[in-house]
Amino acid sequence: MHIVVCVKAVPSSTEVKMDPVTHTIVRDGRESVVNPFDAAALEVALAIKDERAAAGEGCRVSVLSMGIPATEALLRDGIARGASDALLLSDRAFAGADTLATSYALSCGIRELGSASMGDAAASGASEQRTASSGSAAPGTPEDGTAMPGSSVSGTSEHGESAPGPSLPDLILCGKMAVDGDTAQIGPELAGLFDMPCVTDVRELVAIERGRVTVRHATDAGIELVEVPLPAVLTVAKDIAQPRMPSIAGVRAAAGVPVAVLSAACVQADPARSGLAGSPTQVVRSFVPERSDTCEVLEGSVPQQAARIIALAEEAGL
Amino acid sequence: MSGLMVDAARCVGCKRCERACAFGGIVVEGRLARPTDACTLCGGCVEACPVDAISIERDEAGEGPGRDLSAYRDIWVIAQVDAEGALLPVVFELVGKALELAEARGCQVVAVLGEAGRAPRQAERLAATGVAEVIHAVDERLAHADAEVFTQWICALAEERRPEAMLFGATAFGRELAPRVAVRLQTGLTADCTALDIDPKTGALLQTRPAFGGNLMATIECPAHRPQMATVRPGVFAAPECVTAGAGAGADLAAGIITQALLAPEVAPRVIVLDIEPVIGGSIAQAERLVVVGRGIGSKKNLPLMERLAELLHAELGCTRPLVEAGWLDYAHQVGQTGAAVAPKLLVSIGVSGAIQHLAGIGGAETVVAINEDAAAPIFGVADYAVVGDAVEVVTELIAQLEARN
Repeated sequence: MHIVVCVKAVPSSTEVKMDPVTHTIVRDGRESVVNPFDAAALEVALAIKDERAAAGEGCRVSVLSMGIPATEALLRDGIARGASDALLLSDRAFAGADTLATSYALSCGIRELGSASMGDAAASGASEQRTASSGSAAPGTPEDGTAMPGSSVSGTSEHGESAPGPSLPDLILCGKMAVDGDTAQIGPELAGLFDMPCVTDVRELVAIERGRVTVRHATDAGIELVEVPLPAVLTVAKDIAQPRMPSIAGVRAAAGVPVAVLSAACVQADPARSGLAGSPTQVVRSFVPERSDTCEVLEGSVPQQAARIIALAEEAGL
Repeated sequence: MSGLMVDAARCVGCKRCERACAFGGIVVEGRLARPTDACTLCGGCVEACPVDAISIERDEAGEGPGRDLSAYRDIWVIAQVDAEGALLPVVFELVGKALELAEARGCQVVAVLGEAGRAPRQAERLAATGVAEVIHAVDERLAHADAEVFTQWICALAEERRPEAMLFGATAFGRELAPRVAVRLQTGLTADCTALDIDPKTGALLQTRPAFGGNLMATIECPAHRPQMATVRPGVFAAPECVTAGAGAGADLAAGIITQALLAPEVAPRVIVLDIEPVIGGSIAQAERLVVVGRGIGSKKNLPLMERLAELLHAELGCTRPLVEAGWLDYAHQVGQTGAAVAPKLLVSIGVSGAIQHLAGIGGAETVVAINEDAAAPIFGVADYAVVGDAVEVVTELIAQLEARN
């Protein structure tokens, strides 16, 4: 089984503050973190990998991002937590991408991860990790040495969809949304690009078996239990899983695993569909919203204040 | 290649661009601005520059697929029904806004309704809202919210009829459906718009949405691609009375025509619904009056007091994210950027400090009364009326007066 987890580097949330006087954005340090929704998606993938490993089956978890070169550190952290390999798409040609161009770039990365060369790198990376972690506190735990590049090919051929060229992953996991952009578009757009079924806002992964995945997810009507055939795209809620911390052995192993950093040309991304050029939407104006500064303080005793509030409720139709 | 250009002859090194940038994407060195790797080409610095030294160059070769924009016309509203088959209120809110835009543009509004026919006469209800036409399909494959099934149906229609703009409710389903349609039609999509405007001449849809949790608003255009697509959260626009009156009055008005459009036979749902736990209780997004509680109510034992107040005010109860995370109330009650956007006539905010992410969800409220001990709490920055005091004390008094009144 091959799982690709798409992650985005976002500013650590407290960082995005407005200076009330100058109306400019205050940045205390420029630390980036993995979008917490994506961190939860990675944890879901790693839990599947652990479960498969315990059953003696292979599972490759690839972490994928598009971002500035510094994002490499966040991907390496993903490997330290247990991912098999990582790919960073980093190129000025990707800059200014809206969600359409971002999902396109990620789709190129996903194809690249399924290519033979990336698969081999993952296999060797996985074995390195196994070597490095063999002295860890859980010597009896089966590791991911069985994660072979061919595993995802056999995974897809089970349901007769294996196409020539790079194999697609069995599962693409994304956070439901990014805390900075909040568009929640990337997951469904990836599903559209690969013509895969998609389940959004997943709260619980119930089972993966016989080429199908069963999940509970939030819909307008309530929490639904649904089943979709693999390969599929799932976007997860933040509270679906508590991300694990990297182990010391994992950190050491991750230091030896190369994070592939590839340009747009390397993943054969069409320049016309990448970055600003491939983005139909443009920000034409940004401005600070007007705030109500006409707040009236209700003075007087508590009973007087309460009476005023009730009068307001009556105005609002009580 | 596209990129951020700084005119060295104009740049005075004032650093306003550096301060305006949310990403660390531009720095001033030696009195000259220079973009860094972190630049996302968002254009924030272009606005901030007082001497017009910064511009964004676009690679014209990659600009759009050379579509003939004049071939696209009309504004489509993509309708959605609930589990019982009834149109969601957001549909009427969107129709109201679309009618306003269409009048400015001199075009028509077309509603698109795919349903499984669980409730009678929904297409007629929609046709009575003032839209020129309802494109309608009744098909069992549309029973469940499998976005791919809807995508194939809507895209086939859009390719044939070429709408200039398409509006979707930013419901859980709309937020999945709209991106799938956008990627298939290879066009732009703006999520969670809080304001929509149209250029009467070009038909350009001006889509305004909050960025950075509402700290900044961004107006977004989709200049070279059609249809232009936007989602709008429930409750952001009010449904005009003429729209709701038509919808309730049983199609006596000059109703729009209803066109049946079949779903292609090969379209097959892949998402199989095994079970569903329906949402219990009213929807906070649609509430007329809302009591929203935050950590400032002290402890969980004060929650019944807040529930009693909500009951007496005939209000729904909402809360901030920390209360959901602490397990005091479930997610259906959460108001804010990651919860529901609400638009009540009256919002009584109790013990809510007013984190930016929370404020992003209450912008639609008509009147906000905030009760908080901390006079400096940011919630007072958006409130119309402030009570600086102990939440429990004020609420206890409110309950006493309301009970005495009944």
